[in-house]
Amino acid sequence: MQSQATYNYKVVRQFSIMTVVWGIVGMLVGVIVAAQLVWPELNVHEFLHFGRLRPLHTNAVIFAFGGCALFATSYYVVQRTCHTKLFAPGLAAFTFWGWQLVIVLAAITLPLGYTTSKEYAELEWPIDILIAVVWVSYAIVFFGTIAKRKVSHIYVANWFFGGFILTVALLHIVNSAAIPVSFTGMKSYSAYAGVQDAMVQWWYGHNAVGFFLTAGFLGMMYYFVPKQAERPIYSYRLSVVHFWALIFTYMWAGPHHLHYTALPDWTQSVGMVFSLILLAPSWGGMINGVMTLSGAWHKLRTDPILKFLITSLSFYGMSTFEGPMMAVKTVNALSHYTDWTVGHVHSGALGWVAMISIGSLYYMIPRLYGKTEMYSVKLINAHFWIATIGVVLYIASLWIAGVMQGLMWRATNPDGTLTYSFVESVKASYPFWTIRFIGGSLFLVGMLLMFYNMVKTIAGQKAYDAPVLAPSVAHA
Amino acid sequence: MDINVFRSLITVAGFLCFLGICAWAYSKHSKAGFDEAARLPLTDDDLPAGSGWHEKEVNKNG
Repeated sequence: MQSQATYNYKVVRQFSIMTVVWGIVGMLVGVIVAAQLVWPELNVHEFLHFGRLRPLHTNAVIFAFGGCALFATSYYVVQRTCHTKLFAPGLAAFTFWGWQLVIVLAAITLPLGYTTSKEYAELEWPIDILIAVVWVSYAIVFFGTIAKRKVSHIYVANWFFGGFILTVALLHIVNSAAIPVSFTGMKSYSAYAGVQDAMVQWWYGHNAVGFFLTAGFLGMMYYFVPKQAERPIYSYRLSVVHFWALIFTYMWAGPHHLHYTALPDWTQSVGMVFSLILLAPSWGGMINGVMTLSGAWHKLRTDPILKFLITSLSFYGMSTFEGPMMAVKTVNALSHYTDWTVGHVHSGALGWVAMISIGSLYYMIPRLYGKTEMYSVKLINAHFWIATIGVVLYIASLWIAGVMQGLMWRATNPDGTLTYSFVESVKASYPFWTIRFIGGSLFLVGMLLMFYNMVKTIAGQKAYDAPVLAPSVAHA
Repeated sequence: MDINVFRSLITVAGFLCFLGICAWAYSKHSKAGFDEAARLPLTDDDLPAGSGWHEKEVNKNG
């Protein structure tokens, strides 16, 4: 056994553990900023002010938690489905340490106030260059592994991971194009100006949602749902069609972030129409994942990992229905700039992205340490219910707060003056912000349970690298 | 040629390409290959060696 080639699980283990760690850090910062909205006295220092911590929260949960989950699962899935070790293991190790360095630099520079002020792309130019180098290395490792695969077919999960890796490289490099003016001062100016800058930013911003937070996590779905359900994907044809539909459509949806701005009206309409079209491929993916369970629904009753995976798809379906609806100009006139948007994002981020990652990690972690299941399945079940209640409290409270804010801002008296001042809408939001704080805290408690369960699973276990298996005859 | 005509042509070409992909994915010709591909992750036993899971599954299916 010792002489047999083994899969490179080390980098998968590293990224898996850091997913949980950064998840806790990022969500803790989220709970802190939620508390700052309810109790403004908590804005104790400029470094810990809401305006500095909020980008730290978004960067930590998207790129640290989500990013590590994507690295871990893509490296696991690409090796297992290609029946070969990772290409360029040294470069794979570099992606781990490089990505951790990016996260640490973000955690230092954002509270200090260094920012490009581009949402989800706040990091300044030296860090942007590091991200680009790490990302290109990631692409080399991933596509190098695909190139030396031992099976003829490239499994659909790898198509989604591959699409995500290529597109994020393109998005990051184009949107981060800037003229640096100071290294020590960490200052640069965008290569674009005015409305073009806004359009490039939201072309990036919405595709960060479409490719970083969707395509990559659909890659997880296409591997871990069939594995955990022990059934093949419902329709492989549908997976092919909805992959290409997402690829062709997502790129056009960005302008819906700029409704009723200086962006030309026709561009706004194009963004709206393509956002509406997106409902079809998004629901194609959701239906394909959920229907994989057809004939095996009973497994949902007893298997908390499957509960995480299937519930995440329900939230994916909900938020991808809500998104196109909010992209309609008349709906957007009510929802934009309100907490409805924040609730929508979290229905996707907590309900879909976090829950599918959590389910996938519960599947993967025991296998990376030579075990068949986590230390406690009961704790997974507890985590599931705490997390689900947390998400529901979070999004329901912000729906109500958001619609209320939108209605208050647009209300006018018969003489044309505004009925409410802005601060009145803030005052009316407090109860809902408190419920949101409770919902977010519950989600964080779930992550702490996961950390405990992970530590107990790993404790006393030796790292395990599975032998590289020859593909079954049918696939060779 | 006006650049905007070229842009429109690219959009139409993208759409036709997508229709082609749909026709290919749903053709009878592709079905067998896709059915086989769908089983790709399931025929790979990723539980640690000696846990006895794989043998159990083989017996159940065989």
